[in-house]
Amino acid sequence: MKKYTTVIGLEVHAELKTNSKAFCSCSTEFGGEPNTHVCPVCLGMPGALPVLNKQVVEFAIRAGLALNCDIQKFNKFDRKNYFYPDLSKNYQISQFDQPICLGGHIDIEVEGGKKRIGVTRIHMEEDAGKLNHSGATISTSDSSAVDYNRAGVPLIEIVSEPDMRSSEEARAYLEQLKAILEYTDVCDCKMQEGSLRCDANISVMPEGAAEFGTRAEIKNLNSFRALVRAIEYEVERQIDLVESGGHVVQETRTWDDAQGMTLSMRSKEEAHDYRYFPEPDLVPVELDDAWIERVKNELPELPAQRQQRLMTENGLPAYDAGLIVATKAMADYFDAACKNAGDDKAVANWLLGDVSAYLNNEGIEIDAFPIKPENLGEMVALIKGGVLSSKLAKKVFAEMLKADKSPKVLVKELGLEQVSDEGAIAAIVDEVLAENPQSIADFKAGKDRAIGFLVGQVMKKSRGKANPGMVNKLLVEKMQ
Amino acid sequence: MDLYKSTAHELHDKLVNKEISSVELTKALYERIDAVEDQVKAYVTLDKENALAQAAKVDAMIAAGEKIAPLAGIPGAIKDNICTKGLLTTCSSKMLANVVPIYDAHVIKKLRAEETIFLGKTNMDEFAMGSTTESSYFQATHNPWNLDRVPGGSSGGSAAAIAAGEAIWTLGSDTGGSIRQPASFNGCVGIKPTYGRVSRYGCVAFASSLDQIGPITRDVTDAATVLNTICGKDEHDSTSLPVEVPDFTKALRQDVKGLRIGLPKEYYGEGLDPKVHAELKKAIAQYEAMGAEIVEISLPHTEYAVITYYIIAPAEASANLARYDGVRYGFRAANATSAPEMTTLSRTEGFGAEVKRRIMLGTYVLSSGYYDAYYKKAMQVRTLIRRDFDSAFEKCDVILAPTSPVVAYPIDGKMDPLSIYMLDVYTIPVNMAGLPGISVPCGFADGMPVGMQLIGKPLDEETVLRAAYTFEQANEYHKVLAPLGGNK
Repeated sequence: MKKYTTVIGLEVHAELKTNSKAFCSCSTEFGGEPNTHVCPVCLGMPGALPVLNKQVVEFAIRAGLALNCDIQKFNKFDRKNYFYPDLSKNYQISQFDQPICLGGHIDIEVEGGKKRIGVTRIHMEEDAGKLNHSGATISTSDSSAVDYNRAGVPLIEIVSEPDMRSSEEARAYLEQLKAILEYTDVCDCKMQEGSLRCDANISVMPEGAAEFGTRAEIKNLNSFRALVRAIEYEVERQIDLVESGGHVVQETRTWDDAQGMTLSMRSKEEAHDYRYFPEPDLVPVELDDAWIERVKNELPELPAQRQQRLMTENGLPAYDAGLIVATKAMADYFDAACKNAGDDKAVANWLLGDVSAYLNNEGIEIDAFPIKPENLGEMVALIKGGVLSSKLAKKVFAEMLKADKSPKVLVKELGLEQVSDEGAIAAIVDEVLAENPQSIADFKAGKDRAIGFLVGQVMKKSRGKANPGMVNKLLVEKMQ
Repeated sequence: MDLYKSTAHELHDKLVNKEISSVELTKALYERIDAVEDQVKAYVTLDKENALAQAAKVDAMIAAGEKIAPLAGIPGAIKDNICTKGLLTTCSSKMLANVVPIYDAHVIKKLRAEETIFLGKTNMDEFAMGSTTESSYFQATHNPWNLDRVPGGSSGGSAAAIAAGEAIWTLGSDTGGSIRQPASFNGCVGIKPTYGRVSRYGCVAFASSLDQIGPITRDVTDAATVLNTICGKDEHDSTSLPVEVPDFTKALRQDVKGLRIGLPKEYYGEGLDPKVHAELKKAIAQYEAMGAEIVEISLPHTEYAVITYYIIAPAEASANLARYDGVRYGFRAANATSAPEMTTLSRTEGFGAEVKRRIMLGTYVLSSGYYDAYYKKAMQVRTLIRRDFDSAFEKCDVILAPTSPVVAYPIDGKMDPLSIYMLDVYTIPVNMAGLPGISVPCGFADGMPVGMQLIGKPLDEETVLRAAYTFEQANEYHKVLAPLGGNK
């Protein structure tokens, strides 16, 4: 079989975190009873007119600058025409030929270093409402109800260059993009709530070919897992097609997560003619340098800068720092926990170990994690100060998950203070040595394993509280 | 004199002097409506109960010695494409026949704040698409000067109501002449303000870049009075202009000395009915006699205005009317078996022929592959038309033109759509350039009123009003009453 190169470009829709909708003053809050965050404008009532929310432009500029784009000063909106019941005006206010941002990039970590992925454009537009079908799909349902709470919520669409060559690169790009949007506070990036959505353009070509193959656009990728699985499925489907003498057709496909496959939605011939034209109800917005400059100056620390800071100031290895900064809330947690921990590397280990395992198990994000960062920090400090053993710390950790108590209080309540009193430990050491003469003989015969066994016995008798370093030292002293 | 024949400014004085009450006045209007509406058919909806309650409220204010606004207690009527909260707003379409808006248009809010009275909603061409008011889903309106003739359109109901004494003042909307042409056909005053002078919020959109609300009244003073109330920046309409609104009644002086009046040569050529032309010649001579300077000007792109308009307006309309899909409000076809079919059937059954024609035209010109040839080119021509006016206004202060090349024609459906479209040749360029334009009565041809159009520079309604007022006061045309004649 020939070798193939995969070519991937992503189109990401991010809902902006403005308080009110893009063209009216309705709330953007997620959830809420159906059709409670609506007004004549977002319901498309006769005679209603849109008025641009300036915050939308501000957020688009901020995202654009964070993604290294050129901000376009002249901004107009266009109407994208298509009929669908969730689109209250049956046209979407969007930007067509003159998007607000052009020509940016994101650097991702790949095997063997960094890779730069181009960002073609970012444009502003409004979201549609949501259909709730009585059955599985619109065509198989007896009835569908429409909720327009989401109609008119502002979005930015971020279009990448076809620069990714594997599902892993696509994943890394989306992770990095998500982190940047979180850091700049323009989107809450909750894929499960639909505030960050992704479509992928995928094609394959024989290795070394000059021209890309025909692409398929895959919609409905609502998680990182879905993105990776869909790309892998689609690449295999396309290669199989080509190998068996067929050819890929340009079409829109949807990812069916339950079946684990992509399904054809509509061909190029059936594609909508959106009949874009300039939106006559809105006047063009001219951005001045002062506005762009102010947003630039107010840009917060971005993931790459923060990763660097965690490496130089906190002494973390690049890999660990990268994992922690991938989620802004995780990085904030790390900073807060380090304040009283006295051992930043240990905090990182806890976060990437037990904490991450817990989050994965529970399926929650760090902002819903029950242990406060100062308590985790305090626990690390207790370990570092020799008050708590690493082993018993697991017990404290488990208790903190159950109740909001400080580790100091828990150590006392549970009687878990590490014993570092030499006299008390020496008594237990004597007891253990008296019970295990054979081990003493082994030790003296040069069998190093014996010491491990003896330390274990002492720890057992002390119910894990004896300071292991001190136990080791006393055993050696007493046997020589 | 019968109250229903009066002007708003006369009636305001009578109310303030307690010669009449608003309830008395409002009842007089409904009596007149009862008497002639069967023949005229100017209204789609009447709102007698609320109107009388509002009149009583104003009477109480006057009794309490409160100062009242110029339109307080004066009964008017609103074109049925302007949203009135709690009162049907149908656009004279089957599609919206059951739609009661949940909000007031900006102009309605302003008028309510002045404690005015709304008698009801006036008939129009469906979605304001037409020049005869025949395309109304409900009824054709008849011209009070000759009931066998059209009242013009699309604000035919608003103009006919004024001519027939069924309202003291009315609001219309003008996309390509829809205020000025019916005003001209009915011997009324109708002004389309500068684009952006009046908020479009709540005016059901036909062509967003051209639509503008304005008054239709018996005289220029009333037009200025209504303008005073409805103009001004509205934060709900991005295209409304953030400029000061002058007191337009202050512009009403009988003075045209030294005023340079431009006559566009392209407007006085082929197609202009000689009888209409004769009336305009008299008006021009009169202006000259009153000290105005008459100058010939040229608007070279005039011949492209109508075809350009019939690309831009339908294009915008095709998107503006897309929201009528049977999903949220309005007409929904029965018996659809799927969501797409529900939309298709609702639109097929809910829209009339003229509306469908324009939606198809607009959809076509925006289609992939045709956009550059039609829409883009039309927008470029629009710029040229605007520049024509810019250069013309270097030579004159106001432009004098016919409003329509003909007087009102018979209601017989004999005219083909294209011929009717071409009759808007003198009003359409004014919308394309966003300029203020007024139509004032200037004579009669075959017993039907002739309208004279005065076009001003952007935001210069004051010069337009002054020129119109000077002419009006030197003549008696605005005092001649429609006879409600004809065979009907």
